[in-house]
Order: sequence, then C-alpha cells, then structure tokens
Amino acid sequence: MGKGAAAGMAGKDVAELGFEQAYRALDEAVARLESDDMTLDASLALYERGAALAERCAALLAAAELRVREVDGEGRDAGPVDLE
Amino acid sequence: MNAYSVTALSDHIKAILEDDPELGDVWVEGEVSNCRPAASGHWYFVLKDEGATLSCVIWKSSAAALSTLPADGQRFLMHGAVSVYGPAGRYQYYVDHCEPAGLGDLHQRFEALKARLAEEGLFDAARKRPLPAYPMRIGVVTSRQAAALRDICNVLARRWPAAEVRLAPTLVQGDAAPDQIVAALAAVARAGVEVVLLARGGGSLEDLWAFNDERVARAIAACPVPVVCGVGHEIDFTIADFVADVRAPTPSAAAEMVTPDARELRLAVDDRRLRLTRSVADRVDGWRQATDRLAHRLRLVAPERAIRDHRTRIEALRARLGRAMEARLRLARADLDGRTRRLAALSPEATLRRGYAHVSRARDGRAVGTIGDVRSGDAIRVRVIDGAFDAVVTGQGRLFD
Repeated sequence: MGKGAAAGMAGKDVAELGFEQAYRALDEAVARLESDDMTLDASLALYERGAALAERCAALLAAAELRVREVDGEGRDAGPVDLE
Repeated sequence: MNAYSVTALSDHIKAILEDDPELGDVWVEGEVSNCRPAASGHWYFVLKDEGATLSCVIWKSSAAALSTLPADGQRFLMHGAVSVYGPAGRYQYYVDHCEPAGLGDLHQRFEALKARLAEEGLFDAARKRPLPAYPMRIGVVTSRQAAALRDICNVLARRWPAAEVRLAPTLVQGDAAPDQIVAALAAVARAGVEVVLLARGGGSLEDLWAFNDERVARAIAACPVPVVCGVGHEIDFTIADFVADVRAPTPSAAAEMVTPDARELRLAVDDRRLRLTRSVADRVDGWRQATDRLAHRLRLVAPERAIRDHRTRIEALRARLGRAMEARLRLARADLDGRTRRLAALSPEATLRRGYAHVSRARDGRAVGTIGDVRSGDAIRVRVIDGAFDAVVTGQGRLFD
C-alpha cells in the first residue's frame, strides 16, 4: 500500500471533517481508486472511506437553513439575527 | 492724547491680521460673484454666503499657476491669507488655491488619498489574497437595517447554506461610520471567520464616503482574512474597493464571489460517488476474473481432472457398446422374422392347403416320391390338409405313357 493510502485511511473521523477537507479527500480517493495499483483489501477499504466521505459532503450540502449570528465588539456570539 | 493717522491705524490693523496664524493659512468655502479678471491680470471677486461677503484677490502670478479659476454663481473652496488693503479701507482675502466645492472637493481628496495609498503599495496585486473555496464561516460588515444585508443573506442561503454568517453591524454613512467599520472588521476577524464581506448598498458619493476613509482602507489592509468589498453599484469605486482583496460590483455579487454553488457541488459529489462505485466494481471484477483464470489452470493440472476424464471416456464407451448391442439385436430379430416367414412359405402344410397330398408307405412311413417306391398291393397313407386316410396301391404307370 502507498503512503497516500496510509494517510487516507488513518485520517480524521469523517464526521468531523469540514466540506473542503471531505471533498478533497473524496477526490483523492476516487483518483487513487481509478488509477493506483493496490490490493483488493486496500481498494475495498478505500471504497468504504470514499463512500463515507461522499455521505459527509452530501450531508453538509443538505444543510437546510443559513445561520446568521451577530457578534459583539470582541467577536463573541451575540445571538441570532432576525432578517424578518 | 495721541491720535493715529488713518494710515497708522490701517497699518496696525493689518499687522494684527497678518500676525494671526489662522488667518495666514485659511480655507474658505463660498459662492463666487462679481468675478472680473482685470487688465492687469489679477482677479477680483467676492465670496459670499447667506450672512456675509468677503472681498477676494488672486494675483496674476497665482492665477497663472491655478488649474481652476473662479466663476460667478458657483461654490468654491479656496485657500489663502487675510490682510488689509489700506487704500480701499477693507480687509481682503488673498487666494492662492481654488477648487470647485462639494463634489470637486471630495473628488480631489479621493484622488489624493488613492494616489498616496497606491504609492504605499496598499493596492498591489501581490497583496491580494485568494478567497477560501468553501468558507464555513463568513463575516459580514454592514448595516443591520440595510437591504444589502438581506441581499447577501439571500444569495448565501441559496448558494451555500452550509455556511454560518457572523454579522458585525455598523453604521455605513456619516462621520461615525469609519471608526465603526474599523471596529466591526476587527470584531469579525476575532470571531474566526474565513472571509469578510464589507458591504453597502448604493448611494450618492457623499453617502459612500466612509468607504473612502483612510482608517477604513488601513483596517481592510490589516484584516487577517481576505476582504471582499461590495459597495454601491457597479459604477461606484471606493478606496475600500481598491484595497480589498476582491472588489465586487454589488453586495449580492460579493456574496456570490465568496461562495461555491451547492447545487453544482451536489452534482460533483454524486459524480465522485458514481466513479467510486464503478472503479471498485471494476477492481473486484478484475480480481474475480484473475481468480477464475487461476482456478481454470488449477483444474487442468488437478488429478481429479484425469480421473473424471477417464470416467467420461468409459461412460462414452459404455454408451457406444449399448448402442451397438441394440443394433445387433435389431438385425437378428429382423433376420429371424424373415426366416420365419420363409419357413412358413416352405412348410408342407402350405402345399397341402393348395390341394396337394403327402403319401407315405404304411410299412415304414417313408415318403413316396416316385413310382418306384411302391408296388401294387402296398398299403399307403395319404395326408391331406385336414387329416389322413389309408389306401392301397392298385396299379402304377408313368405319367404321359
């Protein structure tokens, strides 16, 4: 197995990734699965991780409503903003 | 008592005015009237407003250096010094700089600040930072009441609802606006946003003036994350636009620029998912085919294969044997049938049926085939189809004798 594969497998828990990280990792998984030489076990593991990443991306994109919150002078959260 | 001469008094007053630091270097704004260039080349006119008038002079030498000269009925901003003109008994304003008031004034301050900040390098392309591709936290600096905020939030909600907006409300016009904008930029930066939208809807040049303030320009330059400036309409350029990392024509456009389109991304994610499944399926197929090929080769060399091959051959032989036996039996049966039929045709019974009789000697049962076999007086037995009777030979002779 290559170095990239090891890094991909041992990556952070998918549920904690932001969209950009999850999307990049997904892209990388697809590219490697489409081109790299690897064992059957490695390709199945990579597939499982890729599927989880795709789920994570889709979940982030499915966010229902934009959240708008005000900040005070120090940048602290000062509550939701009502746009009426 | 000591009386002043008129000239002495005039000189005294002149000295007082000329000693005053304010009056020696003073800006005055007013409307020009009675403007007339004299034959001498000097310019004489009056600046006035609702409550007062001011006699003014532009010396020929100053006038030659000015790009703008006064014209009746228009407001001007002028720079110069106040002194006394003794012969006429009045104080006068000696003008050395003249520019149109209002818009012209703002415009020149704008150009001056722009030139200065450009010189400093604040607008350099090298300073512009790339925008984050998928910002999860977006800072917005604008008025809480303005339509700009709603426009921005509408665009963000449509394109990129995954993000969270951190709003630092601020005045966007008036004297207090620049300081508030500076503070708001600092506040959103502390809130950990990845990019800042600095926005204001359209307005007059004066309305947008806070965005031409040097403090605001420097705060944008100092912001730790990229700033997208969307102020006014497309035709409005402010100093803030030049110093921002990206200039957007409107607040809505600024919101578009900082966000990806979630619909496009959903399609892209679906595409990745499809390719993922397809490529792993291809791989599994490849492994399966490789396994099948190996299994096939293994079967070719396995002993079971040879045994089964022999068994198959034996089975085939056995089947051929069975078929051959059957064929032979069929032939034998057909042969037997033929013979039986021929036998039946040859049997004496068939001859007797046609009316012939069988004659044998009673003495020894031998068949009588010729006349020599019997003599007169011999007892014979005659067989016909339905039985036999005994007879005696009474004579004999050759046929046709």
